[in-house]
Amino acid sequence: MSLPEGYEAVIGLEIHVQLSTRTKMFCGCALSFGDEPNVHTCPICLAHPGSLPVVNEKAVRYGLQIGLALGCEIAPRSIFHRKNYFYPDNPKGYQISQYDIPLASAGRLAGVRIHRVHLEEDAAKMIHLGESGRIHGSASSLVDFNRGGTPLVEIVTEPDLRDAAQAREWAQLLRTTVKQLGVSDVNMEEGSLRCDANVSIRRAGDEELGTKTELKNMNSFRFLERGIEAELERQGAVVEAGDQVAQETFHFDPRTGSLTPLRSKEYAHDYRYFPEPDLVPLAPTEEMLREARSALPELPDERRHRYETELGVPEVTARQLAFDAELGEYFERAVQAASDSGAADVHAGAIANWVTGELIARLRESGDGEAGPGSSKVSPEALARLVDMVETKQVTTGAARKVLAALVDQGGDPAEIVEREGLGQMSDEGELEAIVERAIEAEPAAAEKVRSGNPKAIGPIVGAVMRETKGRADGGDVTRLIQEKLGAG
Amino acid sequence: MSQLLELTAAQAASRIAAGELTAEEYLATYADAAAGDDLNAYLWNRGPDDEGQAATGGNGETPIRGVPVAIKDLFCTEGVPTTAGSRILEGYRPPYTATAVRRLDAAGAQLLGKTNMDEFGMGSSNENSGYGAVRNPWDAKRVPGGSSGGSAAAVAGRLAPCAIGTDTGGSIRQPASLCGIVGLKPTYGAISRYGMIAFASSLDQCGTLTRDVTDAALLLGAMEGRDPCDSTSVGIEGGVERPTREDLSGLSFGVPRELSAEAEGIEAGVAAAFERALGTIRELGGEVDECELPNCAHGLSAYYVIAPAEASANLARYDGVRFGLRSDGDGDLVDMYERTRDLGFGAEVKRRIMLGTYALSSGYYDAYYGRAQRVRTRIVEDFAGAFERFDFLVTPTSPTVAFELGARTADPLAMYLSDYCTVPMSLAGIPAISIPAGLAEPDGGGPELPVGLQIAAPAFAESPLLAAAYAIERGIGFEALPAGVVGA
Repeated sequence: MSLPEGYEAVIGLEIHVQLSTRTKMFCGCALSFGDEPNVHTCPICLAHPGSLPVVNEKAVRYGLQIGLALGCEIAPRSIFHRKNYFYPDNPKGYQISQYDIPLASAGRLAGVRIHRVHLEEDAAKMIHLGESGRIHGSASSLVDFNRGGTPLVEIVTEPDLRDAAQAREWAQLLRTTVKQLGVSDVNMEEGSLRCDANVSIRRAGDEELGTKTELKNMNSFRFLERGIEAELERQGAVVEAGDQVAQETFHFDPRTGSLTPLRSKEYAHDYRYFPEPDLVPLAPTEEMLREARSALPELPDERRHRYETELGVPEVTARQLAFDAELGEYFERAVQAASDSGAADVHAGAIANWVTGELIARLRESGDGEAGPGSSKVSPEALARLVDMVETKQVTTGAARKVLAALVDQGGDPAEIVEREGLGQMSDEGELEAIVERAIEAEPAAAEKVRSGNPKAIGPIVGAVMRETKGRADGGDVTRLIQEKLGAG
Repeated sequence: MSQLLELTAAQAASRIAAGELTAEEYLATYADAAAGDDLNAYLWNRGPDDEGQAATGGNGETPIRGVPVAIKDLFCTEGVPTTAGSRILEGYRPPYTATAVRRLDAAGAQLLGKTNMDEFGMGSSNENSGYGAVRNPWDAKRVPGGSSGGSAAAVAGRLAPCAIGTDTGGSIRQPASLCGIVGLKPTYGAISRYGMIAFASSLDQCGTLTRDVTDAALLLGAMEGRDPCDSTSVGIEGGVERPTREDLSGLSFGVPRELSAEAEGIEAGVAAAFERALGTIRELGGEVDECELPNCAHGLSAYYVIAPAEASANLARYDGVRFGLRSDGDGDLVDMYERTRDLGFGAEVKRRIMLGTYALSSGYYDAYYGRAQRVRTRIVEDFAGAFERFDFLVTPTSPTVAFELGARTADPLAMYLSDYCTVPMSLAGIPAISIPAGLAEPDGGGPELPVGLQIAAPAFAESPLLAAAYAIERGIGFEALPAGVVGA
């Protein structure tokens, strides 16, 4: 990404999360994904004359959990508005949403301020027949009202993100956070998590925001990053050409990876918001707030903090473990196993490195990378034991890699594998000395170079020792011994 | 058999309960009468083959078991045509039944027919119906009032023993007044709005059109109550007492100047009948004094911003996609929307959609909708202040008696003034009843026509309101009937 010299990106996200309640936001129809079209409908979600909405209490409870998880203030009394627009996916002609008083506001997640969190209903799903896949240029369009009325929580950030990769990473953190609450499937492909971005650029240091554009339909985290990058590129070019960025809305096309502007008719709305007279104000009871608070699990950002401060895991690794729920779970079980084993030291930092480094790499090599460590043959207990053996110098790092490969293949107890394969670290200095001497004799040219002051030439001799010991010798010990014998170092 | 038509619903129900009359015979009598409807009061009548719509309520004692009820065509009735008086819903048969109708059914009442009305409840003369105007049984050249004109004409013309309607700014009280019957608009929230086709959601309230106050109490008692399908419904705590009060001693009645002597366009005959009614109240022991509701003069203005604003959103669903009329144009979606709505909606509905859309538009919201809501708050405060001094407030229901068909159709503002005295109570959400207060000639001469007395009470004070209205009804002793109807 290359912005013009002295410019910075300013990015805010608008995230829609479909709640996994049993029924819709304002009626009793079941939520579904992938069912036959228009089977989950009723007079309310089809907007038959005379029908009235009733708020889904579970959706409110879920919304409160999201608001609290994002550190928001909960409004003691929030209200629903009607957002008016004509479109076939919107049977009432208005969407019931929240406007000037949202359910929750003024929160923060991993340094990004949350502007607001509010409840609303999803639109029906439209299927446009024909090449374009969009309403313009399609021969006809079909509407599936199964999705219409699904409870949604909309999360709007302040424009606190500064590049595309950061936006992607933060969106992933948000996804993990919501997933951990158990209130949504947060599946981008299925549309239960949808992310729009507001993007602008400005001179670094400026207080004022540049004109923003809105990017829609980026249905994966990769597309989110690519979409934002492409738009920053475009805005940069506009500014470099001496022009002004115009306020526009773009539609991301996943097939071409490009952004196309929506026709102004499609978004130039005057929504004519006014308070929804069919609903009373939403005033969460003390009981609801208490329940939402007590239902909060440890959230990714808190988890990262704990890994860093209590377990001494380095920041990058802590983040990686905390923001991937499954990985974090595995790590915690390994640490627990280490602690239960009564070992003198838990070596949490080392376990973290093995999980995020060697284990993931080995699983990927074996083709099990997608499944994740939790469903691999390597039990957290086995990994903890292996790390302990490395840290207490019972095996060398190299030997431990071999043990790990065996664990990935067939599982089992690392101590047994070490025993069986003879991978225990050599602790007999005399035995190692003999091997070192034989290796120096076998590599006279290298030995001569080391003697004459070229320490880098030591490689072939170390290699010979390692071959001989099958990796059971500690690399540091071997190097030290060779140097002593050759009078170098 | 025709003597059955003289009975009130309560009288007929007690005969049915005593085994002196069968529900089938009573229903057949009214089905015959309704079939001879020459007022255009009905849009759909129960035919001999519509047995499926007979009462399905249990067998328990209820004071309205066996009573046929005419239902304003704004209430959804499953499988039975429901048009809201609009061409845009021609042929629509709802998949469900409104809570109010279900409750009547559960109390053993029977669906007699669906009554004509101003389209979506927008009108004060019934001339805005997509299916032709309703005629006033007192004078076929005159309007029955609106929007529940079909229900009012059916009850006054002995085509139904009783009826339900809806009142948004006077749509029950004003036609009741013009047709010489009793019209009750309960407190907002007393009866569920579920299945009642919305005009202005924050004002719409289901109510009754009946021969007398007792029947109003019985129907209200059957329909009121909290409904989980309507978040704004609360019901009436303690239910509704059957009225028995005979005098008004210890009760005080305020007469708001702005809605009586100083009201715009009060006819001389109406003013005189109102004065006589005040005399009756005094004779019954009630105290009568003048009072002020200073902000009520702006009631109509606020109403004609708020109601159209809500209507503009409520009527957006009539787009030709899922039900009702659809007019395909050249294949373009927007063209289909426009043709369907152009053909389906009448002029007054279009006018209000335009007004409401404008009032909510970006840049105008505060000046119109926001300001109207502030006026509404002031009116609520006016009433709260008045009810500190008085138990009830009384006004003429309509500034005029029934006017001639066509007299106000060219002048929407003149038409809007029909609701001058009833709109403030709707804005305040309080209950109000119109009872016949005698007959009067219109200004400029003509036949003697009914005048209505409006009595308003604090929110959820329906039982005391009905008790007082019952005493006044007996004190006034209104017995006149339209020429030609049974018993006249």
